[in-house]
Amino acid sequence: MTQINFSNLGAAATAEQKRLAGYKAMLMVCTGTGCVSAKAFSLLDNLKEEISKRDLDKDFLVVGTGCNGFCGQGPILVVQPEGVFYQRLKKTDMARIVEEHLIGGKPVEDLMHRDLSSNKPIHKMDDIPFFSKQKLIALRNKGLVDPENIDSYFARNGYMALKEALEKGSPKSVLDEVKTSALRGRGGGGFPAGVKWASCMAAVEKTGKEPVVVCNADEGDPGAFMDRSIIETDPHTVLEGMCLGAYAIGAKEGFVYIRKEYPLAVTRLEKAISQARDRGLLGDGIMGSDFSFDIIIHRGAGAFVCGESTALMASMEGRAGEPSPKYIHNVESGYKDRPTVLNNVETWANIPVIVDKGGKWFAAIGTGDVSKDPWGGSSGTKVFSLVGNINNTGLVEVPMGITMREIIFDVGGGIPDGREFKAVQTGGPSGGCLPASLLDEPVDFDTLTRAGSMMGSGGMIVMDDHTCMVDVAKYFMEFLKDESCGKCNPCREGTVTLYGILDRITSGKGVKGDIDELERISRVMEAGSLCQLGATACNPVLSTLRYFREEYDAHIDEKRCPGKVCKDLITFTINDECNGCMVCAKRCPTNAISGEKKAKHTIDQKECIKCGICNDVCKYDAVNVE
Amino acid sequence: MDVAKIDTILRKYNGDSDFLIEILQDVQAEWRYLPVDLMRHLADELGVPLARVSHIATFYKAFSLEPRGEHEIQVCMGTACHVKGASRVLDAMSRELGIGEGQTTADKQYTLEAVRCVGACGVAPVVVIDDEYHGDLMPDASAKLIARHMKEGAK
Repeated sequence: MTQINFSNLGAAATAEQKRLAGYKAMLMVCTGTGCVSAKAFSLLDNLKEEISKRDLDKDFLVVGTGCNGFCGQGPILVVQPEGVFYQRLKKTDMARIVEEHLIGGKPVEDLMHRDLSSNKPIHKMDDIPFFSKQKLIALRNKGLVDPENIDSYFARNGYMALKEALEKGSPKSVLDEVKTSALRGRGGGGFPAGVKWASCMAAVEKTGKEPVVVCNADEGDPGAFMDRSIIETDPHTVLEGMCLGAYAIGAKEGFVYIRKEYPLAVTRLEKAISQARDRGLLGDGIMGSDFSFDIIIHRGAGAFVCGESTALMASMEGRAGEPSPKYIHNVESGYKDRPTVLNNVETWANIPVIVDKGGKWFAAIGTGDVSKDPWGGSSGTKVFSLVGNINNTGLVEVPMGITMREIIFDVGGGIPDGREFKAVQTGGPSGGCLPASLLDEPVDFDTLTRAGSMMGSGGMIVMDDHTCMVDVAKYFMEFLKDESCGKCNPCREGTVTLYGILDRITSGKGVKGDIDELERISRVMEAGSLCQLGATACNPVLSTLRYFREEYDAHIDEKRCPGKVCKDLITFTINDECNGCMVCAKRCPTNAISGEKKAKHTIDQKECIKCGICNDVCKYDAVNVE
Repeated sequence: MDVAKIDTILRKYNGDSDFLIEILQDVQAEWRYLPVDLMRHLADELGVPLARVSHIATFYKAFSLEPRGEHEIQVCMGTACHVKGASRVLDAMSRELGIGEGQTTADKQYTLEAVRCVGACGVAPVVVIDDEYHGDLMPDASAKLIARHMKEGAK
C-alpha cells in the first residue's frame, strides 16, 4: 500500500483519473439506503453480470455509489460521464440498458425520468428540475465516488485541502478560512464553527489540556437523513474535514458518535478510517508531516437526547446519555473534561471545500452580510431531506436564502395526487410547522427561528390537506415524552401532560381551556428545562397553535377533524362509485364490509376499526371519509 | 453463561469501560437480550458498578432485558413515515402477528417494535425486518409481507 505524502498525492489522483478515463462509460448504481430498500444491490450484481457476459468489463465500469438523492425514484443508475439518468429500474432492465444504450448507443427513453407537466423523457440528470436548482458543496461527490475506495476520493481532489494546509499553511490559516466562511453549525443550533474552534483554542491555552474533535453523527431528528447519506456517499470528506479541524485546534484525537440504526453508514465509515490509516492519512505523521491524528468510532444505542452535546459526551464515556447543565461549555470542558469541538457531519463535510476554495468564496453564497459578524446571515448551502407528501422525495442541497416555495414546488415538484399544500415541518421535534402564507420566506437560520420553527439538522417534511395538525403536534409530543431522559421535571412532566391534553383533543374529548393549558405548560418548559430538548419541546405545539388554531377549535368545539385523520372523529362509508369489485371486502381485516359482486358494498360501523385499508385499496374513489 | 464469548467481546474493546455501550450492543446482538448474570459479570470484569450497567441497559432503546424474537420487525415512526400512515402500518402488522408493539410472539419468532426514524424517509413508510429495508409499504402490503414471511419461515 503506497503511503501518501506531499509529493505523491497529486500523482495518486491523476493515476485514478486516468484509470477511470480508460473506460467508455462508468455505470453509477445508487446504493444508498432508499435504493437498497428497492433491491439496488441485486441490480448491481445483475448489471455486472450482463457486462461480464458480453465481455465488456474493459469498456464499462460498474460502481456502487452512495445516495444519489432522488430516493423516491430508486433504484437509480447514472451513466457517466454523459450523465444519463435511469430510474425505477428492475432486474430485466439491465440487459436492455447494456444492449440498447451501451452497445447500441441509443439511451433507453422509457426508463428515464419524465417531466411532470409534458411527460417527455429527460435524458440528462442535470436537466431534471429536481437537480438543476441544487448547489452542491457538502454533497459535491455524491454519485461520483465509490464510498469504499479511497482512490476514487483522490480522483476528485480528495485530501488536497489537507495536503495544502499541512504543506503550505498553518493551523491559523485553516482557522482563518473557517472564520471568514462564517459557516454556522449544520446540526441545528447554527453556532458559527470558527467562533467555536477559536474558543476551544483559548481553553486549551488556559487549561493546558489536550483538545479533541468530535463528529456528531447521531442524527436523531425523525424525517432527516442528511448525515447518514453524506457518510454513506462520501465518508472521506468527513474524515478530511475532521483532520483539518484537528490540525487547526491542535487535537490528536477525534471521535465519531454515530447511531447504530445506520449500519451501512457505520460499515462505510469503518472502511474509510481503515483505508485512511493504511495510506498514512490518519495516524502518526500524516503525509510525512509532524501532525498526528486518529479517529475512533462510538456507536450510539438509541436515544434521541444523545444528539444534545453534553448527553453525547456522557454517552461517549460509556454512561447513560443524560445532559448536564451548561454553565461550562464543551469547548472548555467537554469529553472527559477536555476542551472539545463538536460539529455535525454536514458541518465537517463543508470544511475541505472551505479550506480549498477559501472562506470568502463560501461566504459569498447565502444570505445577509457575514463579513464582520458570522451571526449577520447564513452563508453557504444547506442539505435538506425533502420528504412527506411531495412528488420528488429525496435529498437536496440548496443555497441558503432560497424560498420554501422554490424547494417544495420547483425542486420537489409540488404535492402529489392533486392535493393542496398545508404545511411544512422543519427542525425535527424542536422545530415547528409553517403554513402556506410563509412559502415565500427565505430559508435561513434566522428567518425560520423568527417564524417559530428552526433550521434544525435539515428535515423538511411536507404535509398535504389530508394531514391533521393536532395529530402532528401529538405525534411529536409522543416522541418527546418517550425520549425525555427524565432528569429534569419541566421536561419529564411537561411532555407527558402536553401529550395527555393533545390525546384528549384528538379523541374528541377536548374541553374549553385546553388551549390555554397547552400554552401555559409550554412556557414553563421553555423557561425551566435543563437542556434544549425540553426547552424546545413545545415548538410543535406552539407553532401549530399559531398557524392552525382553527384545527384545534374544530376538534374541541365541533368534534371534527378537518384533516380526516383522528380515528375517533371520522367514519368510513361507501359511495355510489362502488362497482362491487369486492377487493375492499377481501382485504378488510375485521370483515366489516359486506356486499354482492357487482353491487354496492356497505361498511358495518360497529365492526369497522377505521384502519383505512378499504380506502387504500379502492381504485374507484368509492370510500368516503367524513 | 458462555464466558468465552463474553471474553471475545471484551477483548475487542480492550476491556475499556468507555466502550460499555458498544460491549452491551454486542452482547444484545449475540444473546438477543441482556441476561442479568451477564451484566453482573461485565460489571466485575470492567470494574464498574452494576448500577451503571443497568442504567445503560434500561436507558437506551437498543437493549432488552427480555429475550427478543428470532426476527425483529421495526416499523419506522419517523415524521415522513407518520404523515404517510406509519401508525396504520404498525396496526396492520400488529393484527397480522397477534401481538402489540414491543411484544414478542409466543413462539419467540417475531418481535414487533415501533422505532424512531431509520433514515430512509425518501421511501416512507418503511419497515425493517432483520436489517432488510422495505420501502413504500402501505398497511395492506405490510400485512401481506408479514404473512409471506411467516409462511416461508414455517417451511
